[in-house]
Amino acid sequence: MRAFLQITLLILAFLVMPSPAPAANTAAVSSAELINNARQYDGKTITYEGEVIGEIMPRGDHVWVNVNDGLGAIGVWMERDMAGDIVYTGNYRSKGDWVAVTGVFNRACPEHGGDLDIHASGLRRIGAGRAIKQRLNITKRNLALVLLGLLCLVLILRPSRRS
Amino acid sequence: MTMILRPSLEDIRSIGYYLGKVVIGLGLTMLVPIALGLVFKEFNPVLDFIIAIEIALLFGTLLVKLCATEKDLNWMQGMIVVSLSWLAAMLLGAIPFYLSGHWKSFLDACFDAISGFATTGLTLAQDIDHFSYTHNFWRHLTMFIGGQGIVIIALSFFVKGLSGAFKMYVGEARDEKVLPNVIHTARFIWTVGIVYLSLGTLSLGAVGILGGMRPVEAFFHGACIFMTAFDTGGFAPQSQSILYYHSLAFEVVTISIMLLGAINFKLHYHLWTGNRKEIFKNLETVALFISIAAIFFIVAVGLDRSGAYPRVVMLFRKGFYQLVSGHSGTGFMTIYARQFINEWGNLALVGMISAMALGGATCSTTGGIKMLRLGLIIKALKQDLKRIILPEKAVVVERYHHIKEAFLEDKQVRSAFLITLAYLVLYFAGALIGMFFGYPFLDSLFESTSAAANVGLSCGITSVNMPAALKVTYMMQMWAGRLEFMSVFTLFGFLIAAVKGK
Repeated sequence: MRAFLQITLLILAFLVMPSPAPAANTAAVSSAELINNARQYDGKTITYEGEVIGEIMPRGDHVWVNVNDGLGAIGVWMERDMAGDIVYTGNYRSKGDWVAVTGVFNRACPEHGGDLDIHASGLRRIGAGRAIKQRLNITKRNLALVLLGLLCLVLILRPSRRS
Repeated sequence: MTMILRPSLEDIRSIGYYLGKVVIGLGLTMLVPIALGLVFKEFNPVLDFIIAIEIALLFGTLLVKLCATEKDLNWMQGMIVVSLSWLAAMLLGAIPFYLSGHWKSFLDACFDAISGFATTGLTLAQDIDHFSYTHNFWRHLTMFIGGQGIVIIALSFFVKGLSGAFKMYVGEARDEKVLPNVIHTARFIWTVGIVYLSLGTLSLGAVGILGGMRPVEAFFHGACIFMTAFDTGGFAPQSQSILYYHSLAFEVVTISIMLLGAINFKLHYHLWTGNRKEIFKNLETVALFISIAAIFFIVAVGLDRSGAYPRVVMLFRKGFYQLVSGHSGTGFMTIYARQFINEWGNLALVGMISAMALGGATCSTTGGIKMLRLGLIIKALKQDLKRIILPEKAVVVERYHHIKEAFLEDKQVRSAFLITLAYLVLYFAGALIGMFFGYPFLDSLFESTSAAANVGLSCGITSVNMPAALKVTYMMQMWAGRLEFMSVFTLFGFLIAAVKGK
């Protein structure tokens, strides 16, 4: 009987419990999708994933972080502490951290002069970046040497001058 | 029937000899990225440039030695040297691009090389955000070299004969000498460029540092952005163009540099020598500022109707920036390419296309029809209107001020009309080809005008996946548009004469 009551209460509680607030779109949206359907996503909370590229640019207690998902890069405005988890940013010498940013997407941000951007409320590092080792390309080196030889040969050629 | 004369061996020797000199000069410019690469210890990119410089010196030296001549160039030869020099620059400039692995084919690398030298700014580069300093610098340097004048390099250092030098100078669409001697003019253009480069790099670097960038990055970006802003090119070190910096100050400084790049080099000379009044009297400058104001009105109404920006400040910041970028032929963007089509609306787009089509001043690095021609055509229309209104016996003369006071002559008006017509044909021909490949009319016209007027703004057509024939179309447009047709027509005439001549 007691077990029956417990189950009934549990079911009732589940039924009367307020429905959760519309959750952020948990599936990541690509930059192309956001840019092509900017009006549709404007002001909505979205999740966007990509590689942190370039530099983290501090502006007061916030920072700008540009995140590239391979189709395009979007600027993400976040509190300075939030960017503390980022170790690598993408450039010639390193692959940047892959992050998932949750925040409000702005088609024309009123705070930032109409920029298309994301104001982050959360950031998760889902893939670590790394330094890229550069090894000398031997084929290119050999080609450069062969061309140097040819160039020396041409330089010792006498000009053909007609009288 | 007119008999066409086949070009003589002497023609070919002269063309080969001077082309060889230009190729050597171009090759030597690659020493700059090599030095930078060594500083940043980027050895593989340095190898790409060593290979390219060796190929340039090899072909350049072969041409100079095989075609050695002491004869000066005639007009036809000078024009052909120029058009071939630009094609040679494209092929040589594309070598380090292709070797870097950031371009999917050699055609794509050539597309970016001609886009760079012609100061256009359309790009097919992949993964720009992981470029080496060396390759990235070369992208921007191609715009500086192309904007200042490929042949001008050779004029400054290698060419002794003054009359041949002048013919090449004119062939590169610079029909006005700043100083009486063309070689001094070429050197003045370079001096102005280098002085502005130093000042521009310093200001953009300072803005970058204030915006949170590290000093090395800030000054590197500053130098790159200056070169492409002053030479109205439009390449940027990062894939987001100017949007990467998220900085109003950066936008204000780049707008100023773009406008400086859009005015006549002759006007720079007058500004440098203290004659500041000239800027307010000059037909070309006046036409440029009136045109910017009028077209901004159209763009602003268009943006307001489309509801792209809910606040006036945002509308002004985005609308004015893209407009100056388009009108000056630069191509920097603070919006994404597809936003033009998806959000701006047709009226604002037509405003942008008109701005790109018109361009900046003659004897500057901008492309398009140009303000002097627009001013002359408007003056001619005014003169004709007066002729209709006034009594038949009245003598109607029209004057204009461009460096000095002058009377409007039919010859000038005819030339201005012809070149304007040639540009319009080029814009619409490119649009037609774009439509042939299935793109909508306005998108095709936007991209075609951007290529032919050497602007570089994109509404999204230019991508690695577009048909190869369309890539070649845009490359031809960039080349012909940059050289203002004459030397390109001469080259085609030369080739026809070589086949059909007697």
